Parts: sequence; C-alpha cells; structure tokens
Amino acid sequence: MLDIASASELPHVRIRASEPGPLIDLPELLRFRDLLWTLAERDLRVRYKQTALGVIWVVLQPLMAALIFAFVFGVIAGLPSDGEPYLVFAFAGITAWNTFANVLNRASGSLVANGGMLSKIYFPRLILPLSAVVSALVDSSFSVVLMFVMMAIYRVWPGWGIVFLPVWLLILVVLALGLGLMTSSWMVRYRDVAHVIPVLLQLGLFISPVAWSMTNTKLSARFLWVLRLNPLTSLLEAFRWSLFGRGAPPLAALAYSLVVALAVFWMGMMVFKQQERSFADVI
Amino acid sequence: MSSKDLAVSVRGLSKSYVIAHNMNRPTDLREAIVDRFRHPLGNGGQDHEMFWAIKNMDFDIRSGEVVGIIGRNGAGKSTLLKILSRITWPTTGEIDIHGRVSSLLEVGTGFHPELTGRENVFLNGSILGMTRREIKQKFDEIVDFAGVEKFLDTPVKRYSSGMYVRLAFAVAANLDPEILIVDEVLAVGDAQFQQKCLGKMQDVARHSGRTILFVSHNMNAILQLCERAILLHQGQVVMDGLPDEVMKSYVAEPKTGSTVDLRNHPNRDPSLAPALQSITLCDTADNPTAVFAPGETVQLKVSLKLNRRIINPSFACALHNWRGERLFAVATYLSRAPVEYLEGECLLVGRFDLPNLVPGKYMLEISFTDSFDRFIDRITNVAALTIALSDYLGVTHPFSPDLGSVMVRSEWEAFNQGTLVSGSGNSKSD
Repeated sequence: MLDIASASELPHVRIRASEPGPLIDLPELLRFRDLLWTLAERDLRVRYKQTALGVIWVVLQPLMAALIFAFVFGVIAGLPSDGEPYLVFAFAGITAWNTFANVLNRASGSLVANGGMLSKIYFPRLILPLSAVVSALVDSSFSVVLMFVMMAIYRVWPGWGIVFLPVWLLILVVLALGLGLMTSSWMVRYRDVAHVIPVLLQLGLFISPVAWSMTNTKLSARFLWVLRLNPLTSLLEAFRWSLFGRGAPPLAALAYSLVVALAVFWMGMMVFKQQERSFADVI
Repeated sequence: MSSKDLAVSVRGLSKSYVIAHNMNRPTDLREAIVDRFRHPLGNGGQDHEMFWAIKNMDFDIRSGEVVGIIGRNGAGKSTLLKILSRITWPTTGEIDIHGRVSSLLEVGTGFHPELTGRENVFLNGSILGMTRREIKQKFDEIVDFAGVEKFLDTPVKRYSSGMYVRLAFAVAANLDPEILIVDEVLAVGDAQFQQKCLGKMQDVARHSGRTILFVSHNMNAILQLCERAILLHQGQVVMDGLPDEVMKSYVAEPKTGSTVDLRNHPNRDPSLAPALQSITLCDTADNPTAVFAPGETVQLKVSLKLNRRIINPSFACALHNWRGERLFAVATYLSRAPVEYLEGECLLVGRFDLPNLVPGKYMLEISFTDSFDRFIDRITNVAALTIALSDYLGVTHPFSPDLGSVMVRSEWEAFNQGTLVSGSGNSKSD
C-alpha cells in the first residue's frame, strides 16, 4: 500500500550521455548535506586521533607560527607592526592566511584522498571539496576565538569594522575554493599538482602581508601595485583593519580582489564540472 | 501503468575507454607538457585505441524485479553497475531510473581505520546515502546484525577482518532504497556470515518489493535470489531470461565449455611441457556437456601427445569446490585396469560417478605422471563443471556453503512430551 502510494512521487534520475547538466545541482547537494557534515566531522576527528594534545593543536599550530614570525620579523629584523604588539599582528595575519591555505590545501587533496569513494559510490562530487572547506573553517573559528582572547590580553579593541570580518573571510574562502576546485580536478590526472601546491603556498605566505605590513615596505609607492596584483594582499589588510581599525586597503584594490575571487571560483567550477564525469575512470 | 512500473530503462548505452599504446600516455605533468610542445595540436600522436566496455545496450527492468547480471570477467558487468549508480558516465545512450538508488559495489567503502565502530557506522551510512536520522533509527539493528556490540567504541583498525566486514555489510544491508544495485559483495566473510547476508538479501528481495540488480559469480546465489538473469558478453546483452536457462547458456560458453584446448592453457605448471592436448566432458550418451546432475556419470576424453613411450603412466583428475578444497580424485592407477603404456598421439577415455554434490560450480584439475610419480603434465582449474539444481533432497531449500559439498538425505522425527508430532522423513516417491 505504502509503496504504491509513494510510487507516483518517486524521484526520477535521468542520465544522458549528451547533456552536461547544471553547473551546480543545488537540490542534489542539499540531499547530501548530511554527508557533507559527516565527512567534515571525520576529517576533524581523524586529524587529532592518537595525539596527546588533541584539538589543542588547532590553535597551537598558528600560535607557534605567530611566535616564530614575531621573533624573526619583530625581534630580529625589527620590522614595525602598525603599532600593534607583533604577536597579535602576526597572529591576525596567520589566521586569515591559514583560512585560505587550509581551504586550498584540503580541497585540492580531497578527491585523490577519497579515491576509493569516488570509484565505488555515487554522491555529488562537489561534496568532497566542500567538506574540506567546512573542516578548514572549523579550524579557523578556533583561531579567531583565540585571536579575540589575545586582543583582550593585550588590550587591543576592535572598531566598527569588525562587522566586516566574516566578509573578508568569505572572499578568502571563495578564492581558495575556486583554486581548490581546479587543483583537485587536475590532481586526479596529474599527482604532480600535490607537489606544486605546498611550494606555491610557501611563496604566497611570504609575498602576502601575513607577517609584514604594506605600510612598511621598502618598495617605493610607485611599485606597491605589483604587490596588490596578489588578490590576497588587500584581503589580509582588510582582515587586520577589521580587527585593529588601522591600515585599510584602497577600495579599488578590495574590489579587484573580489572580482578575482569570483572569477577564479567560476573557473574552478567550470574545470571541476568538465572533469567530474571522468574522475572515477582516471583516479 | 506500464511506464509507471518501469524502474530502470536503458537505451543505446555505450561506454568506451581510451587505451593508449606504447606506454605513451602522459602520466605526469612533465610528460604532458613535453608532449604538448611536441604536438601542439591533436592528441600527441599516440596510438589510441577505443575499448568498448559496453556496446549499445538496451534493456528495461520493471519495478520489483530481482535481476542477476552474469558474465565473465571483462564482460562489462561492473561498468554497467557503475553507470547505473552514476559513478561513471556513459559515452552514449540514455538511462531513466525511477526511484532512489543505493549501490553497494564494495563493502566498507569510506570506513576509516582510526574511527570507532560507532563513528564508522554513521560515516559509512551517510556515504551510502542515509540521513543521520535514518542511521540513528537503525543503529541497534545494524550493531545486532554485525554482532560487534562490545567493540563499538574501539577503532576499527583493531577489528579482526571478519568483524570489519560484518559491520560494513550490516550498514549496507539496512539501506532502504527502491532500487538496490549490488556487485559481488557476498564473496566476503566466512561461510556462515555469507549465508546470513544471502538470507538478508533474500528477505529484501522477496518481501519488500524492491528492485534489485545483482552481480555475482556465485551461481547458487543468482538462482536463489533472482527471477531474471541477464548475460553479458563483451559489453553486450547476449541473453535475457529465466536464471536457469541463461545460466545454462553461460556455462555452455566455449571457454568453460565441454571441450577445453589444453595446448596453451594458462594454468599449466610453468615448468612442464604440454603433453595433455585437450579434454572433453560428456554424459554417458556421449553428448558433450559441462552440466551434470548430482550422482550422474561423467565421461572424460583426454587426448595426449607424447614424444616418447611412457610405461605405467597415470592420469588423474580431481574435483575442487569453489573454495579450492579437493573433494575427490580419480586416477587410472586407482582403477581395476591400469594403463600399461602410452605413446605418440593417444586418447584416454574414463568414466566416473559423481557423488551427490551440492549444486554449484566445481573446478577440475588434471595431471599426468610417469611410473615414478613425476609430473609429466599438470593443469589446475582446467575446466569448470556445474552441478545443476536438483530435487535430490526433496526440498528446494537454498543451498548454502554451510551444507558442505555433498547432499545427504536424512529423516527426522520430532517428539513433544513423548508424542510424535511430525515425521516427514523423506516422503518423496521416486
């Protein structure tokens, strides 16, 4: 009885070799949202299994990186930090940078790491890079909380710009996810990509104002635009401006970053969509 | 009505893979870039060959049908299941599927060794398409089926492989789709658990009205579960009908057919030169066949080519079950009239009575030795011999690996408080 009643509303799956299908199949993604959370959760659980400190590593890692930067750039090189304590200044940069780098890193490896699932189970392939985003964002939120704790300790108070903080993070994530979609699709075919990404990320870490400030470069003002070609530059500045109320990037530069982020995301979607059907065949 | 009853409709389905020859396909970025520079246009000048895993396939499956898909390795079974499950995409063709699909192509996909049994149930469940709420509802049932209550909070990396498989299958067995697609997954676990799984599948197939597509090499499983079988050969549907009929034609296909050419047999002991030329299985009426009834007499014709005379040779033939266990062996030296000598091109004809074997597929091994028991030639898994379904036991109860390899008739009487309440025995009147 029940079967007959529900038979009329059975879902209909159409597979057509010739039809490309929608760029993003939102209803299908929503149907699989539980998988998205579960995979993100798995990622988080597994990362800190059999570690003594467990989840503390989420904040310990960026904290140690910030300490190193504060020591090398702040103490040894004696760079100025826009008037903030160097540790807080560097930690803010690292928090924003890590959001970008973690999303890119995890998304790009997400397809290859789950090759077994790709070749044995159906689910919207986009779930894998998306779950990488979720797990990276969980890490970032811990980092942001610690950021506020540090600001409270150092008595640094944010201004009204703090309300824009999620916006900058969102643009960073969109940019990173776009790159992640591209690189993850390429990595299915060419594992070389896995070796290139860490190198590029390391380069990015130093050419972006993570541990140094745009207001204190030795470059003449005429060449600052070269640094601003990097879409991360103004986003990192904006992130710190939201926290400390100083060093706002030019609006045009921010607009540029936004446009680049959206363009990269769209390109990433296109590449992913184009390659998606052959993932299971070549992985 | 009829279109509503359709669960799966496949039209003009093909799937090709490109195979590049001479190992020229670029597998890393450097090669790809170098290739691109050498041949800026076109495909890089490689020899590409299209391999059609599936060629122009059409079929329909009605809602509620339980269909077995059989065929040799490479016939396209797994590719077909992967396309129907939307894991890979067809090259041409159209498919319409009405209903939610769950596919089980492997047991335990997505299990993570570091996570506990409990965590993996939720992980695997949602990978297979269940919502968290569904998993919560079925959690106790899953754990119960798997029998791993005590180890729920232990990481599965510390599980025995048996426990691991049981838990994985238990999750999958509690899926609740309208259409279930299952690849050869019953081949895991011990015999007892396999039977439990088969039983579960049978339950699902008979009582839920679910549509099931099922690939198996286990012919008993196909016969027990399916009401229809589709035989694939080189990517095409070559037969579609009742399981026992399709299976007969499957078994009668040349390779496992009644005559096997032994000159270049892959399973020959590599250190031995081919002396055995061919082997033919026949029934007592001299009709070549590889399908026998339990207890039937098998006639063997073996042709040999020897480059010298062999005094007091012995030819032996052994039968193995699907687990590779030897059930019995027959040999010329064990007969009343041993062979004195053989030379040149010669023929051996032997007859032996089969025991009452449980229906299924069995493998033959043959060997030829000299008077010092040294192997002159020996080939394992040389040919398949199928025991057809039979009513030898008087019941058509499913045959499970638990029954062993031989059917034995038995009689029983039951007493409650000293009163005989049933005594069927074997009431068959043949």
